[in-house]
Amino acid sequence: MTSMVGAAVIRKEDPNLLTGRGTYVDNLRLPGMLHMAFVRSAEAHARIRGIEVGAAAALPRVHGVFTARDLPELPPIPTVVPGLERPSLARDRVRFVGEPVAVVVAEDRYVAADAVARVTVDYEPLPPVPDLETALAEGAPLLFPEHGSNVYAEIPPAGDAEAALAAAPRRARLRLVNQRCAPAPMEPFGVVADWGPKTLTVWASCQSAHFVRGQLSKLLAVPYGGIRVIAPDVGGGFGAKQSWYPEYVVAAVLSRRLGRPIKATETRSENLVAMTHGRAQVQEVEVGFDDSGRILALRVMVTQDAGAYPGDAVGLPMLTMIMSAGCYRIPTVVTGCRAVGTTTTPVGAYRGAGRPEAAYLIERVIDLVSDETGVDPIEVRRRNFLPADAFPHTTHLGFVYDSGDYGKALRRLLEMIDYEGLRREQAARREDPTRPLMGIGFSTFVEMGGVGPSAMMEGLGMLGGWESARARVNPDGTVTLAVGTSPHGQGHETAFAQIAADALSLPLDRIEVVHGDTEVVQEGIGTFGSRSIAVGGEAVRRASLRAREKATRVAAHLLEAAPEDVELEDGRFFVRGSPDRGIGWEEVANKAYRPTQLGDLEPGIEVAAFYEPGLTTCPSGAHCCVVGVDRETGRVTIERYVGVDDCGTVINPLTARGQVMGGVAQGIAQALYEEVSYGESGQPLTSTLAEYLVPSAAEMPRFELEHVETPTPANSLGAKGLGESGATAAPQAVVNAVIDALSHLGVRELQMPLTPERVWRAIQAAANGGVA
Amino acid sequence: MIPAPFEYARPRTVEEAVSLLVHHGEGAKLLAGGHSLLPLMKLRVAAPSLLVDIGRLVDLRYVRDAGDHVAVGALVRHHDLETSPLLEREAPLLRYAAGFVGDPQVRHRGTIGGSLAHADPAADLPGVVVALEATMVVYGPRGERLIPARDFFRSTFESALAPDEVLVEVRVPKVGGRRWAFQKFNRRSIDWAIVGVAAVEADGGASVALVNMGPIPLRALETEAALRRGASQAEAAALADRGTEPSSDLNASAEYRRHLARVLVRRALEQVRR
Ligand SMILES: Cc1cc2nc3c(=O)[nH]c(=O)nc-3n(C[C@H](O)[C@H](O)[C@H](O)COP(=O)(O)OP(=O)(O)OC[C@H]3O[C@@H](n4cnc5c(N)ncnc54)[C@H](O)[C@@H]3O)c2cc1C
Repeated sequence: MTSMVGAAVIRKEDPNLLTGRGTYVDNLRLPGMLHMAFVRSAEAHARIRGIEVGAAAALPRVHGVFTARDLPELPPIPTVVPGLERPSLARDRVRFVGEPVAVVVAEDRYVAADAVARVTVDYEPLPPVPDLETALAEGAPLLFPEHGSNVYAEIPPAGDAEAALAAAPRRARLRLVNQRCAPAPMEPFGVVADWGPKTLTVWASCQSAHFVRGQLSKLLAVPYGGIRVIAPDVGGGFGAKQSWYPEYVVAAVLSRRLGRPIKATETRSENLVAMTHGRAQVQEVEVGFDDSGRILALRVMVTQDAGAYPGDAVGLPMLTMIMSAGCYRIPTVVTGCRAVGTTTTPVGAYRGAGRPEAAYLIERVIDLVSDETGVDPIEVRRRNFLPADAFPHTTHLGFVYDSGDYGKALRRLLEMIDYEGLRREQAARREDPTRPLMGIGFSTFVEMGGVGPSAMMEGLGMLGGWESARARVNPDGTVTLAVGTSPHGQGHETAFAQIAADALSLPLDRIEVVHGDTEVVQEGIGTFGSRSIAVGGEAVRRASLRAREKATRVAAHLLEAAPEDVELEDGRFFVRGSPDRGIGWEEVANKAYRPTQLGDLEPGIEVAAFYEPGLTTCPSGAHCCVVGVDRETGRVTIERYVGVDDCGTVINPLTARGQVMGGVAQGIAQALYEEVSYGESGQPLTSTLAEYLVPSAAEMPRFELEHVETPTPANSLGAKGLGESGATAAPQAVVNAVIDALSHLGVRELQMPLTPERVWRAIQAAANGGVA
Repeated sequence: MIPAPFEYARPRTVEEAVSLLVHHGEGAKLLAGGHSLLPLMKLRVAAPSLLVDIGRLVDLRYVRDAGDHVAVGALVRHHDLETSPLLEREAPLLRYAAGFVGDPQVRHRGTIGGSLAHADPAADLPGVVVALEATMVVYGPRGERLIPARDFFRSTFESALAPDEVLVEVRVPKVGGRRWAFQKFNRRSIDWAIVGVAAVEADGGASVALVNMGPIPLRALETEAALRRGASQAEAAALADRGTEPSSDLNASAEYRRHLARVLVRRALEQVRR
């Protein structure tokens, strides 16, 4: 049988989704189900003097209106900074527009929304802290006065780069803003909670049913056995559905109180203010280098806008610090960070979570060095690359890069783009005022995939960094795989089946993958950090191999041979040397459940594997973006986008391509379109998709994508994961291209998103001799 | 979509629609394609107490040759405009511009009547009918009246329609032989114009309308006058933002809008008069 790993198999999950047969949380209709809706703060920062719920509660078909005082059993949202917990319903203070202050329960969501409109909250406004500048100013208004500062967490730089910077022949600074983005999954967040006498059942649009169960168990003091969490079809998460939201406990507590199932689903405008945002970093960077473009020292200070509460955002700048040096060998790297509170939507993980911010930073540095020295950006990259024999490579903070060959991806990229031809065209276009300017931007990036091991994940408040799979061979010869990861668009049902098919020598259609239900699946960790294939895939392989081993023993018994002498090929077991005298999987599976024919063997084939990775993996790649820039309007058009990814072994080229395209689309979105903005008073200005500009397919270029494969030693598949690579690769490829288009005018820096007006202003400023 | 509560009526004739509007008063709103009204209702920015759904008045869905003009029924969808051979012949600017409204889904639902009545300063078709000097046919309790396009738009989201009147037809002068141009500058293909320009060749120059350079679609009067004086396209275009009052928002500052108006008008003029 030809290998299924590496085959471009079409997705098993698509027929259901494409014919509208998927089940999302909002599709659930339970008997007696009620709907809840939050009254959300209209103020960025205020004391709550009182909440008037009478008019709302009096509406027909409203079952209750509750404030924090009415629900003393509500636990707060966990935090990594003790003392700065976020209450699930605001008590006496609100800290961002959109923070829930009360909750309405009604027969349907229309009535619930009518009731929400009738709740009046008496606010005593406090000074807003809409941005980092305000938050860090002398005498700034404090979000948590008792904390004494808006700095929620801080890691001072370990060491001093000054000597190395001073010793470098040249040095330069950059101040980079990695703007706030909204993950904006197609399906907003939602839960249904049904707390019956025996069990609390929660359906949630989340990235890990097991994580949700663990949290609920802890927060509500209910044993695991009393909670079942189901993640049905989930329409995108991008990291934000790994964050913890008040709906989980509010819906549960209300369900217990009212004895009815409770549904809570966000509208799009709610999603844009309530779901965690991503990125939101300012980076102060200083680099020392020589005339040949060799980088000698790098100092990075990351300031993370955490939003109103210190949640997942506290960990993000640490990941940025770890990855600051990118794929380069830099003798001195010193990094520090702090996470700062502002009266804005809390910030959390968003596709790449801290690593895209690092890749942006170092790749902008590389191009700055190229601009300053006149050495071609490709050459600067080559001169600084970690060589292929440098792995495993330990970075300045002790993190280990597993494997890589950065030159290989770049070489392939250069073959694909015809670099010299592009440079010639660029020069010709510069000379011809009737044509748009042209720019060529590169991004040679490295990130983290296969997120684990446990030591790292425990630090982030997770149960661990391992993953699990259980393989059950059914009596008809089909296999049911239960996996601890929880897909939300990635196509795991297909990819995991491919891995299992190879391990079991079974056709793909005999393998069913189940996930996202704590009652059906053994304990698992979940899907984030590009870990599902690299960690979960290995668990799948191991569980499959164990099932195969047991099946082999059954077959050996039936064939009256020693298990060591039994082989499995093309779905048939046979004694080595006599392939014609074999038995098929179906028979072996069936007999495995008939003790009368099994001799001393224990009946059944069902085995689990828990896999703890020894290493995080480091997917990498080389991407190139070619842009046209309208000289008069500043409009940027992507003319080509070419990417070579190295995620080690590619399990399915089709789904891999989908992952890269989606990620690159989000990266292009960040570079050119998207930014969450707040007004001076802390009011969100981008709370609908008319203002928050998520681009569509119409804005995307044709993608030219390929892979090179440098396997990881971290798992037996050699697969590194690639869910976040595209989003990590693309922003700087685009920005570098636009700056390259304008560099002859003296433009050295532009902040994302590169709106036509921003680019136009940079051109104007350069033309007037000013600095852009 | 979670609007405030409302009543719903589906009249079978325009007369019935008008009588519903008259009887219900202020709170009644016509519903055509719903692609401007429903988004406002779902944000509860609009909360009409009665929706008078004229969406199925097929009698108002026609594109007819009416001698010196093309008669376009108010319920003609953007997609109908975009694919009309008659318009392609007689008023290709309108046909072409309709293809830039939103996305295919919007174009299959949204109507020309709704688009004009809504009077969004960022909408495409109001600028087009102003450049083409079309005439609106309006029906109400006092019968029918004609309103030239230049008098139809009053302010942001405000037209010359009385609350109990229905826009029934748009009369578009035949301009088949003349050169024309449509320039729309936006960030995503689905978006409204940051600035737009609709221009048609006219005696001694061009009729040039600007989208989103003020509360209503404006004619670039100084540009038009300069062309009549014989100024070059570049000279005339440099005057395009005179007399406009563009706003500043997340997409663009007023200053940038003025710049865009000058650039886009020049590009339009280059297409109109080569
Ligand atoms: C995602 C999206 C993108 C869009 N992009 C664009 C764009 O790029 N450019 C653009 O121009 N528009 C755009 N639109 C708006 C679209 O063109 C609307 O369809 C159009 O503006 C309104 O037409 P409608 O038939 O949907 O009107 P409705 O929404 O039904 O009504 C709009 C208003 O007009 C009134 N009305 C409707 N018909 C009549 C009538 N015959 N007489 C009197 N009053 C009437 C209604 O009472 C209401 O106040 C977009 C809309 C969406 C949702």
